[in-house]
Amino acid sequence: MLVFLITTPMKKSIFLLFLFFFMGYSLQAVASEVSENDSLQAAWKVLSDKNYNKKAKAIEFIAQQNPPEAVPAIKAMLEGQLYYSRRGKELYFLREIEGNYEFTPLFDGEPIIQKKKRGFKKVKINNRLRSLIRQLLAVIRLDNEDANIRLAAVQDLLKNPGIEAAGRVKNAIEKETDDRVITSMQTLLAVIQLESGDETEQLSAIETLSQSLNSSAMNALSDYQPPTEALKNAAQSAIKKINDKRDLYAKAETVFFGLSLGSVLALSAIGLAITFGVMGVINMAHGELMMIGAYTTYVVQLLMPNNIGASILVAIPAAFIVAGLVGIAIERSVIRHLYGRPLETLLATFGVSLVLQQTVRTIFSPLNRSVETPQWMSGAWQINEVLALTWNRLYIILFCLAVFAALIMVMKKTTLGLQVRAVSQNRTMARAMGVRSTWVDALTFGLGSGIAGLAGVALSLLTNVGPNLGQAYIIDSFMVVVFGGVGNLWGTLVAGMSLGVINKLLEPWAGAVLAKILVLIFIILFIQKRPKGLFPQRGRAAED
Amino acid sequence: MLLMKMIRSDKPGAWLLAILLVVSIVVPVLNLLVPENSAFHLSTYTVTLLGKYLTYALLALAADLVWGYLGILTLGHAAFFALGGYAMGMYLMRQIGERGVYGDPVLPDFMVFLNWQELPWFWYGFDQFWFAALMVIVVPGILAYVFGYLAFRSRVTGVYLSIITQAMTYALMLAFFRNEMGFGGNNGLTDFKDILGFDLRADSTRIALFLASAAALAIGYVLSRIIVSSRLGLASVAIRDAESRSRFIGYRVENIKLWVFVFSAVMAGVAGALYVPQVGIINPGEFSPLNSIELLIWVAIGGRGTLYGAIIGAMLVNYSKTYFTAALPEVWLYALGALFILVTLYLPKGIVGLRNMRKEKA
Repeated sequence: MLVFLITTPMKKSIFLLFLFFFMGYSLQAVASEVSENDSLQAAWKVLSDKNYNKKAKAIEFIAQQNPPEAVPAIKAMLEGQLYYSRRGKELYFLREIEGNYEFTPLFDGEPIIQKKKRGFKKVKINNRLRSLIRQLLAVIRLDNEDANIRLAAVQDLLKNPGIEAAGRVKNAIEKETDDRVITSMQTLLAVIQLESGDETEQLSAIETLSQSLNSSAMNALSDYQPPTEALKNAAQSAIKKINDKRDLYAKAETVFFGLSLGSVLALSAIGLAITFGVMGVINMAHGELMMIGAYTTYVVQLLMPNNIGASILVAIPAAFIVAGLVGIAIERSVIRHLYGRPLETLLATFGVSLVLQQTVRTIFSPLNRSVETPQWMSGAWQINEVLALTWNRLYIILFCLAVFAALIMVMKKTTLGLQVRAVSQNRTMARAMGVRSTWVDALTFGLGSGIAGLAGVALSLLTNVGPNLGQAYIIDSFMVVVFGGVGNLWGTLVAGMSLGVINKLLEPWAGAVLAKILVLIFIILFIQKRPKGLFPQRGRAAED
Repeated sequence: MLLMKMIRSDKPGAWLLAILLVVSIVVPVLNLLVPENSAFHLSTYTVTLLGKYLTYALLALAADLVWGYLGILTLGHAAFFALGGYAMGMYLMRQIGERGVYGDPVLPDFMVFLNWQELPWFWYGFDQFWFAALMVIVVPGILAYVFGYLAFRSRVTGVYLSIITQAMTYALMLAFFRNEMGFGGNNGLTDFKDILGFDLRADSTRIALFLASAAALAIGYVLSRIIVSSRLGLASVAIRDAESRSRFIGYRVENIKLWVFVFSAVMAGVAGALYVPQVGIINPGEFSPLNSIELLIWVAIGGRGTLYGAIIGAMLVNYSKTYFTAALPEVWLYALGALFILVTLYLPKGIVGLRNMRKEKA
């Protein structure tokens, strides 16, 4: 009758209880066996035993003693490279050399080389042993001198925490000097205590975990079954706290992505802001000048294949010069006949863009080329467990700001800048004062085109380099210039950055394409409200 | 009466209408009555090609009306063309009925493919020709009205206006590329079977579509001519040349611009609706800003601000495009690019202007 009263969970726990007793006895037996001999020798011998429980105890013992052979041997066991001789039960490392097998003894002795594995047997392990070994290896590494290795060890333990490690971790924290390692060790300890500690320990563990952003900490908290109501509330508020923090960092990441997209937009629009805003030329070939910059990067990499890291630094001035020269050629041959007729420069430069595209197709083939990203630009800057900023995006933001700063300097501090501003404000008066306006026009257009070339260098690192590269960006660039206000460089920067951020903020809930559509609609409506952009040029002249 | 008066004052226009009339008689005769092995036989392929050029000419006419007479350099006129095309495409799609690959009586193939259970609301009514025909006019018209109302009232002009028309067509292109929009996504609408019960692949249907295009072009030309020679047209030329002054004199600049713009958009929509059954496909690529810009070169080459110039330009450029892309595909982009540059530099009044220049010299 009593049996019927036992519910299913109870049944389970009773079963588990039996299991524990059983296991406990057997483990105890092995433990006494090992401790009776109280020597490593015996523990090493046990490894050739078939009983996994015995082996586990032996491995733990070895790891605790940590003789010099322990780490290589345990590692070899994990990789299936640890063997023992059938006779003598001695341990050997296995290495394959040119089809032969080399068995090196764990302790002193000559290596044995033979064709087959005859006479040796692998030290077999099962999944339980595997996870135990990983844990032990990590625990051993906790004593390593290199802080990074210690940190990695703690990370490994966090993925696979075990109650056995608690004591070691506690000791390690006291000795630890590195802040990062201490923090993650505390997280680890908290994860362990959450499972095994008493009520006060659990409460402080929850408190510690709520500070952490680690995903294992989050998993531990969500798997956690709080025994009391107070603990349950604490755990819930901790989870909420972690989630809030993660959301915050996710938002920060989105803004970062937005800024990097914005930098690309601003970079490609700044050159246009000069030719379009300052000179009144609608340069539809602007995208193709970026394409020329990107192809210059590609060619520079072809010329110096052994020095990819430096090639980008060479490509920056090269792209500026090549694109700038092409720009001056366009200005001298086509645009100089069209000043004062902005809409017609649009048509003529569109023709130029078609010719440039086809030229590139003829020279480089219509297929896309790719530019290799140098080593120093790959990877990410890990700020914390959740937030990582990729270096290439970060460099692009910096590059954009640097180009912009340089341009502002040129416009504000140099004679050329002064003359450009003079010609754009009042051409006739500037000429009367002795400014060679045709010369200034050519140089200004060259400057704008050169900056397009610089944008091309940045783009070549982000996307494939192909004949249609320019077309993909020209519309966006125009939107940025118009949104910022024609003739205003600061407006272009602000517009580029804000459009980038808006786009990325919309993307999560609208999807990439819809976000772009919404941004376009936003610009159309914005222009209705402020027909001259964010920062209109002030002036009193009426148009006709 | 009005027509006669108009024709007498517009000699090139009269020539144009006469040529259109002759072509619409000769082409069907050469295609249907002359035996196929004769040297004078016109293949159905050529007829369709000519019909396509006629719809392009109508589109160019629409663009010339706003560019040549209103001074709005529109970079988005292809959007109205494509919208008209989509309205017609939706009708043709509904006509397929059970003959689609999946054989669904109501849903077009791509919707079955996307696992849609029922027809979206905006597809209702497109099984009726009259409704589709209405939409061909209404949809581009409404878009142009809303867009123009906002833009002209806020006095967005010049480059800003050009750029936001480009933004409009670009946004529409991106939108139509989305499968969720319910217009066939990337692939667009295609695989049409028949129109008003006539088989689309039959020679007689092709001839009928060709004639319809010619008629639409003729009507479009006459209406445009009436508009530009009316007081409305004169006022719009005034706005083109000096917008603020016209406003100060007392013209309602916004309204004038708006109505001409809407009329032009409707004409572009009709052109698109005639284009789709002849070409057999409509996809989001038609919205591409590139198309809108290319269309401007037709007008520029022919000579803007003349109406007939736009038609001549569209015909010439598209003929050479067909010729070059088949014979010398690498050269076409060079040729088109060079055309853009040379025409803007040396022929600001286009081919038509060339004749007038000679006249002035003589």
